[in-house]
Formats: sequence, structure tokens, C-alpha cells
Amino acid sequence: MEHIRMPKVENVRLLDRLSSRRAVVGTLYLTATHVIFVENGSETRKETWVLHSQISSIEKQATTATGCPLLIRCKNFQVIQLVIPQERDCHDVYISLIRLTRPVKYEELYCFSFNPKLDKEEREQGWKLVDLNEEYNRMGVPNNYWQISDVNRDYGVCDSYPTEVYVPKSATAHIIVGSSKFRSRRRFPALSYYCKGNNASICRSSQPLSGFSARCLEDEQMLQAIRKANPGSDFIYVVDTRPKLNAMANRAAGKGYENEDNYSNIKFQFIGIENIHVMRNSLQKMLEVCELKSPSMSDFLWGLENSGWLKHIKAIMDAGIFIAKVLIEKDWVSFGHKFNHRYGNLDGDPKEISPVIDQFIECVWQLMEQFPCAFEFNERFLIHIQHHIYSCQFGNFLCNSQKERRELKIKERTYSLWAHLWKNRADYLNPLYRSDHSQTQGTLHPQIAPCNFLYKFWSGMYNRFEKGLHPRQSVTDYLMAVKEETLQLEEELEALQERLANLQKSQSGNNKVKSRQQDRSKQFGLYSSNNSLANTPQEYSNDLKSFPSRSPSQGDEDSALILTQDNLKSSDPDLSANSDQESGVEDLSCRSPSGGGCLPSEDSGKDSDEAVFLAG
Amino acid sequence: MEFAELIKTPRADNVVLHCPFHLPVEGTLCLTGHHLIFSSRRQDNAEELWLLHSNIDSIEKRFVGSLGTIVIKCKDLRIIQLDIPGMEECLNIASSIEALSTLDSVTLMYPFFYRPMFEVLQDGWSSFLLEQEFELLSSVTNEWRLSCVNKEFSVCPSYPAVVIVPKCIDDDALRKVALFRHGGRFPVLSYYHKKNGMAMLRSSQPLTGTNGRRCKEDEKLINATLRSGRRGFVIDTRPLAVAQQARAKGGGFEQEVHYPQWRRIHKYIERFNILQESFIKLVEACNDQSHNMDRWLSKLEASNWLTHIKELLTAACLAAQCIDRESASVLVHGSEGTDSTLQVTSLAQIILDPRCRTIHGFQALIVREWLQAGHPFQQRCAQSAYSNSKQKWEAPVFLLFLECVWQIHRQFPCSFEFNEQFLITLFEHAYASQFGTFLGNNENERAKLKLPQKTMSLWSWVNRPEELSRFQNPLYEANSLVIWPSVAPQSLQLWEGVFLRWNRPSKFLEEAEAERIKIIKYNKELQAKVNVLRRQLAELEADGEVQEP
Repeated sequence: MEHIRMPKVENVRLLDRLSSRRAVVGTLYLTATHVIFVENGSETRKETWVLHSQISSIEKQATTATGCPLLIRCKNFQVIQLVIPQERDCHDVYISLIRLTRPVKYEELYCFSFNPKLDKEEREQGWKLVDLNEEYNRMGVPNNYWQISDVNRDYGVCDSYPTEVYVPKSATAHIIVGSSKFRSRRRFPALSYYCKGNNASICRSSQPLSGFSARCLEDEQMLQAIRKANPGSDFIYVVDTRPKLNAMANRAAGKGYENEDNYSNIKFQFIGIENIHVMRNSLQKMLEVCELKSPSMSDFLWGLENSGWLKHIKAIMDAGIFIAKVLIEKDWVSFGHKFNHRYGNLDGDPKEISPVIDQFIECVWQLMEQFPCAFEFNERFLIHIQHHIYSCQFGNFLCNSQKERRELKIKERTYSLWAHLWKNRADYLNPLYRSDHSQTQGTLHPQIAPCNFLYKFWSGMYNRFEKGLHPRQSVTDYLMAVKEETLQLEEELEALQERLANLQKSQSGNNKVKSRQQDRSKQFGLYSSNNSLANTPQEYSNDLKSFPSRSPSQGDEDSALILTQDNLKSSDPDLSANSDQESGVEDLSCRSPSGGGCLPSEDSGKDSDEAVFLAG
Repeated sequence: MEFAELIKTPRADNVVLHCPFHLPVEGTLCLTGHHLIFSSRRQDNAEELWLLHSNIDSIEKRFVGSLGTIVIKCKDLRIIQLDIPGMEECLNIASSIEALSTLDSVTLMYPFFYRPMFEVLQDGWSSFLLEQEFELLSSVTNEWRLSCVNKEFSVCPSYPAVVIVPKCIDDDALRKVALFRHGGRFPVLSYYHKKNGMAMLRSSQPLTGTNGRRCKEDEKLINATLRSGRRGFVIDTRPLAVAQQARAKGGGFEQEVHYPQWRRIHKYIERFNILQESFIKLVEACNDQSHNMDRWLSKLEASNWLTHIKELLTAACLAAQCIDRESASVLVHGSEGTDSTLQVTSLAQIILDPRCRTIHGFQALIVREWLQAGHPFQQRCAQSAYSNSKQKWEAPVFLLFLECVWQIHRQFPCSFEFNEQFLITLFEHAYASQFGTFLGNNENERAKLKLPQKTMSLWSWVNRPEELSRFQNPLYEANSLVIWPSVAPQSLQLWEGVFLRWNRPSKFLEEAEAERIKIIKYNKELQAKVNVLRRQLAELEADGEVQEP
């Protein structure tokens, strides 16, 4: 708390990113964990909550006649523009936030104070939900070819690997240790994915320290052992995810790539995924495009192309690294993806931050768009995972390796995101998924080759807080409500049949069961849509402004940024300010309790008026 | 003329058909007066392709030795390739296709020869009469009347025989106003907003010329739609500079001095020839098979297609906003009033009027605002994106409208009774059809061609229960509200269903649609079952009570 110079500022204006006309006045609070904006106004008192850990940048802009603007950009792509009346207050808020958003110790992170009121057992249960060994057992290892090695038991060989590593049976400790010395940061080749059907496997490692001519017998033996672990194959592919030029340049630094002359039976291939610095810049450029105020179509498409983001996404997809199951826990967390460095949860070198996991999540989404029935989860699941990677509310994505996580006693001191998501799993289901559907059988074969146009801009993620830009009715939510009702109907049908049979049997009996008539109209209301958002015109022309008229924007609510108390109580309170993106969808979709149909024709009072658009 | 004269080689064997995402198939090619028919010989999976000659936009031929190859590019944007052995056969077939796909007489078109195999339940030619529309209107207001001033199509050749105009304006005044408007297209009622009694009118530009000519009757006509003390909006679909230039050619715009109660807004919508270029560029980009993402995005951008979509949607939203939110009447026009004007008025109705989002209401909208309103379909849809002719009348004006409807549909997926397939079907039939609905450029021409007597209406076919079920949106829940779409670039997408239809694998998307239908169908079946049981139970219980005392 000693970092908060200014716990409360009044008469702050929260600007609408898309329309300067729709600013709201309220009070700004700084707490140890959140920035909170509470709107003035007797009825609504809407609140916006932002976790400090979500903030990626704070920008204090030049003071104007109306006050001092403060621009807060978040890692979940929310952008908040505040205008603080006094320059001095603004400065204090700015300085406080700079410190609050750059914690220097892990203990300052929200997950160490976050308490969802679960008991110890439940917490432990949560951490057991995703068990690595079980995942490997599911794949069919250990078996005749692969075994667990304890060579890394005290993180003695590689501190960014977990203690238990799957390696070929024929790879002795000597070979592993030898190989690790020849690999960058000692990340020797280890099993990532094993395909039961054909014994094929995916292993991963860091680059070899080959320089221009160095070689390592043990490393060559290691690759031989991997090859032999698949008796059906005469060679292995070594896939280098870098552009060839980058790999060659690395040789000057004593690193590099495997020399095909030294390794027998390997086939070498570069894929050309750009490095983290290129990716970071690319994302930055794309987000700038998303932030443009009323861009023209050309501005948008040109900016999107210029950012190169979709090109990188396609490159990653082309690489075919990704298998159609979410293996985040295994592939990314346990194997020392540098979470902290890449996601900047702690103060550190900004050059080390990169959106690799964002890209993985987007690739999954792009696959979902091509295979709508193949995934058990929906878009919301991906968005919430992305959100929590940065929220630091759960311990899963903290630290850079299992070693660090153990040292910090993450499992004892924080909660697991997977338990949280599991608890709310009903919200994350894809209604089109059936385990017996053809798209869920075996491997997906995405259209890679000529289909550039299949890769689309993901506004659901990168403009997730501009709800006005999204479809106003959600097909997913509609179908989920229908399925829920179908379940109820199935139960009711069974009950009715039973009662009918009983009644027919004892027609004269006294067992008059009270009719369990349900209010059908109420059930239908389940998915008649509440179109309050639908019923909101936007700024289609500047010409109308000067014309004296009943302004359509009087008394509007802007749910794009604001979270009401009600929303806080929604199914996922922990998402705090960020669940609004879903509840907003729910507002218009089927699950609104207020029902559709009977909405009055006079609707201007209940508009939420999110602006999009255009200059005349 | 006998079609046989044009067909020197009516049949060729051992032809190989190449379609994207399908293995090449060998089979027999037959040419008839109106169709190209390909049937594979494979016994297990006898495939037949029937292609209307009028659907063919362009053909290319090339030879390797004696094996000829014909590439056929269709107006529905499909591209197929036929390998035909024998140079002579190939040349004959190519020239036949060329001749048969470019017949210049309307009466030789397939609709005049087509004999339907189905029973007509309701004749589509008389399903959407303006008289019925007026009856509905009369039930809510008596400020309008049906005028037959254009009975002989003499006052305005591109208007239908009957129009709806303000009650206080007589036919003589209408004749005078017609002389003051381009092509005689005097202001008529396009849409009446029941909620607040505001009206949307459409017309062509006023012929003010350089000396600022005025017409008292014109002023009186449009002022008759205003509430006392309120103003209205004129939405001009040209930029101000273009409207000003138009005066030199006798055209012009409503000047404030003479129309003090009206405020003019210029919302530029691209002219039809520019749209055609954009269309061609877009389709070219979609057919580019290169692997380069940057090239795709820059070509998409350079086509300007999505810019046109955004502009058009914005103008339509503005018109709707003026009516619904500003409670003002609106007059929409550009120059001729047959293209951009109709795009704006029809889209505004999609936004404002829930009825236009039903299958029947949408058909009525197309009949009223496009066919009867005199959009020159025959000129605009003579060629599609593969045409290399430099004829300047072709333009995807109607396609652009359909795509805007699709964009709104995508944002409100539960508010439309029809599905995407319905929009695609309308696009196809506007360009090539067995039905006479989209032939001719206006009602006058259609009457002269005796289309209602000699051809079948598209609506007669579409409205058969079997067909109708294919066009229904399973997610539809009637939504009585005005729906305001977002026009931000992030909210607009390429219409893959049309532009990538033949270039993308559709299997997985179709499976998803089938799954959606299945989920909802099962729910409805359960509901029906439960209702039946409830009734039975209630009856039994009632019986029990009667017996009990």
C-alpha cells in the first residue's frame, strides 16, 4: 500500500474510445490490486475494475483545458482513457500505477492475495486436475521405447525442465548429460508428444551449440536413440522453427543448427517463424490498428497487412506444430517456456516480452473457425485463458520453470486456473461438439496451402472490449440455451411418461398429483433475445450532430467498458471487470432473464450506446 | 432461330471435368439449347453437372496437341475446366458455348422454354401486388393514396403502373413533378414507419439545371410528408461536388431556398461502373492461388469492395436513424434513382422493419424496391466478374445489397427468418435463372415481354414448402426491434459464401450447420412430445376429478 500516493480521485472522466461525446464522470480508486472507476449517477453506479497486472502501459498525455489525460493499455487488449481534473493528481496516479504495475517480487502478485474461499482440499484438487504423468499415460508412455528419466531430479541437468522427463529407453544418463552440455540452456531433446498409433513422436530441445564446426558425440547418440524409438521409421526430421538466416547468424555466437553430415539419417527443415522481437512488434502494430478512431476500410486492411500479424499466424499454422488438443499445460508450462520473461508480469527487460502464447491461442481459434465441430470448448474459453495468463490471479502461469514454481510453493500458496475454469465449464462448451462427430475423430487436416483468406482478424480477442463491434447476437449462447432447455425437456418427458403410466394404472385412485405445469412462456423467454444493444444506433453521420434533435445518446449505458454490480455477480466473478465481455453477449442473447418479445417500442431509455464509426 | 444451328458437336465422350476440391472425373459432355450437361460414367457415383449457358460469363480455350481444354467461368463465380479430346470437337463446343451464352434476344432465354416439373401452389407473379401493400398501409394511416397515373408507363417508363403518393397530391401535379425529375421518377413512398408515422420517399435528382429551376408541385409533394414544424432529410447519394456538376447537364439537387424544411446530407455511394471494377478485382484476388498472406490482404484492400460495403451500410443506417431516432421524413435519391437510391431505401427497411427480415417480407421488399422500382436487372446482371467486355452497364448493385444484408445477418444471426443460402440463391438467379423474375429492366418491359404469362416466377418455386425449408434460419426468433449494425471495419467481413464458395472446402462448415439444425430440431420435437403428454395428463386428471365425487 505504500506505493499508493493517491487512493481516490473525484470528478474523473472516463472517455469512450470510439466517441468523445460519451464520456462519463466518476471516481477513480487505486487499491493494492486494482484500478477501479465508479461512475457517478444515482441509479447505475457502474464500475470498471482493472487488475494492475493486466496493465501493459500507462501514458500521461499533455494537459488540456479539461484536465490531464491518462491512457491505460492492458494486456487483455482493453484500453482505458481517463481525464483527471488536476495535473498534480494525475501525476500521483501515474507514479503510483507505474510502481503498482511493475511488482518486483512474486509475492506482490495478485494470486498470492487472491482467495476464492476454497478449502485446502479443494485447492489441492485444483492443482491435480491436469496431471502431466496422466497425460503421458494417455499417450501410451512409458512403454518399450520410452521411459521416465530421473536424470533431472534436482534440476541438476537443466533448471528449466521439469524433474521428470521422458526419453528413449536407450538414452543413458551419460548420453543425456552429454547432449545437454551441447544444447543452449542445457535443454536436451525430450519427448513432447507420442502417437500411439504409429510410434511416431515429437521431441523438443533448444538449439545446439554447434558454432561453425563443433560437434558432440552424445548429442548425435541422443538423436539416434530417438530415431530408434520409432522402429517404423528410418530417419527423423529435425525442424528448426527459425528462418534459416537467423539460425546461420547464431553460429557466430557459438550456437546454430545440426550439421547433417554429423547426424546420420536426419532430414533438416527450416520453417521460418520469426523471433520474439519481430512478433512483439507485429502485435504492437496490429493493436495500433485496432485502436484507430473510426478507421476507413483501407486504413484497417492496410494496417492489418502492414502489421504482418496474420502472416505470422499463418507461418505458425503452416508449421503444423499444433495438434488439435489443448496441451498448454504440458507443452508450454512444464517445459520452461519463459513465462515471466515473455509476459512481463514482473519488472524486467521489455525486450524479453513476446506474444507467443497469444499466437498459440489465436492459432487454436483459427482452427476452430475451420472446424466448428471439432473442439469441445468455445471462443470464450480461449479468451479467458488469455486473460488469466496476464491477470496473475492464478498461479499457473507464474515463473519461468517448474523449479522456480516449486521454490515459490505456488501450489500451496495460490490457486489453479484449471479448477476455476472447470467449475464454470458449462460456459465454455461448444454446443456443436459431439464426441461421436466425425470432426472429433483423429487428426484435423487444416487447409494450409492456398487458403490465405481463411485466416481472419480475430476481433473477439483484439477488440474484445469494444462490444459494439461484435455480432449482437451470439449463436453459441443461443444454442447452449437450447441445449439446456432440451435437457430439461428430456427430464420432463420422462417424468410425464411415468406419471401418465401411473395415472392410467390407478385411474380411480386418489393419487392426484399436483400438476407440475411449468410456465412455458418463461422457458421460451429463455431464448427470446433482449436486444437492448441491438437497438442502438451509432454515429452514422457527423451531420446530424448540429441538427437540433432528441439525442439518441441520452442516458445511455456503455457496457463496452463498464461493469455493473450485477455483472460482477455473474457466473464468473473472478473475472472481475473482464467478464463484461461475456455478459454483454449474454445481454443480447438468449439467456437474458428479461426476455424479448414483449419489449416496449419506446426503447431509447435503455440503450447502451456504444459508438463505432465514422467521419462524415 | 434454331438452337441446333449453333450446335455442331452436340456430344463428346471421354471428356474430363476438373472442379476445385474434387478429383477429375471422366464422362460425357452434351450441349443442348440452354444447358451444358456433363455426366460421369462411373456406375457407383453417377454425377451430373447441369450448367445454364446463361450462367457462363466467359470461356477460354487452349490446346496441347490434339487435347483441347476449355475453362468456363460462371456468373456465380465458379470456374470449371473441361478437357476435350479432338481439336475439332473442342473448337465446335467452344464456339457453341460462346454463341449460346451470349444470345442477344431475351425471348430466346431459358425462362421462355422452361416447363416446371412442380405444381404451382401460388403464382409468384401475383403474390406481391402494390395494392396489397397499400391495404396494409391503409389500416394504419389515411394520408396516402394509390395512384394509377403511370398506368400506361407514360409518365415514368421505369415506374410500375401504380405507385403510392401523398393523398393531397393529385395526378395532374404528379405529371408536373415527373417533368421536374430525371427520367420522370417523381418522389413516391418507399417505406412508412408505423412507430412514428415517418415516411421514406425515393425519387431521382431534380432537374434544376444551372439556372435553379424550381417546381412548386415537387415542393408541395415532399412537404406533404412532414409533420407541421418538423424538418426532413434529403439523403443525396452523390458527393456535393458531383451534385453541383450535375446541374450543368440539367440535373441538380434540392436547394435550401426552395426546400427550407429539408436538410440535405450527401452520403457518397460509388457509381455502378466503379462497383463493377471493384467486383472484378475482388474476384481476381479470391482466385489468386499464391501462398502469400500480404498479397491477399493488399489485393483485398485494393479492390475497395469492403469500402463500398461500409459506405452503403453507413448511408442506410443514416437513413434509418433519421426516421427512427430523429423522427424525420427522408427523401433518398442520387442521379437516376435506380441504383444507389434503391440500395439505401431497401437496406434501411431491413434495419427498421422486422417484416423485411422474414422470408416472405424479404421477397416483398425485393419485388417492391428492386423489381417494381425499376432497377435495370437485365443491364446490370448481363455479365459478372469474369466478363472482359467493356460494356458499361454491368454492375453488381444488387449483389452489393445482398452482401450488406448478409453483413447485418451476421451481426444479428437470430433476427432473420431466412439463411445465407437464400441470399446466395437470389444472387444466382439475378444473374442466370430458369425463372423470368429478373428478366427485363422494369415493369414496362416485363409487361411487353408478357413474362407473367410466358415464364415462371422465381417466387412460385421458392415458396413451395420443400424449397422453403432449405432457406429457413433455424436460429430465427422474431425480433420486433430496429436493429443497428456496426459499420466499423472490424465488424465487416468478406462474404465467403459467395466469393470463396468454390475456393474453400465447405464440408466442415456444412457439418456445423447440420449440427445446428439438428440441435434445434430435436428440441422442437421434444417440446411437441411434452405438450402432447401434458394435454393427455390434464385430460386424464380432469376425468379423474369428474369421476371422483
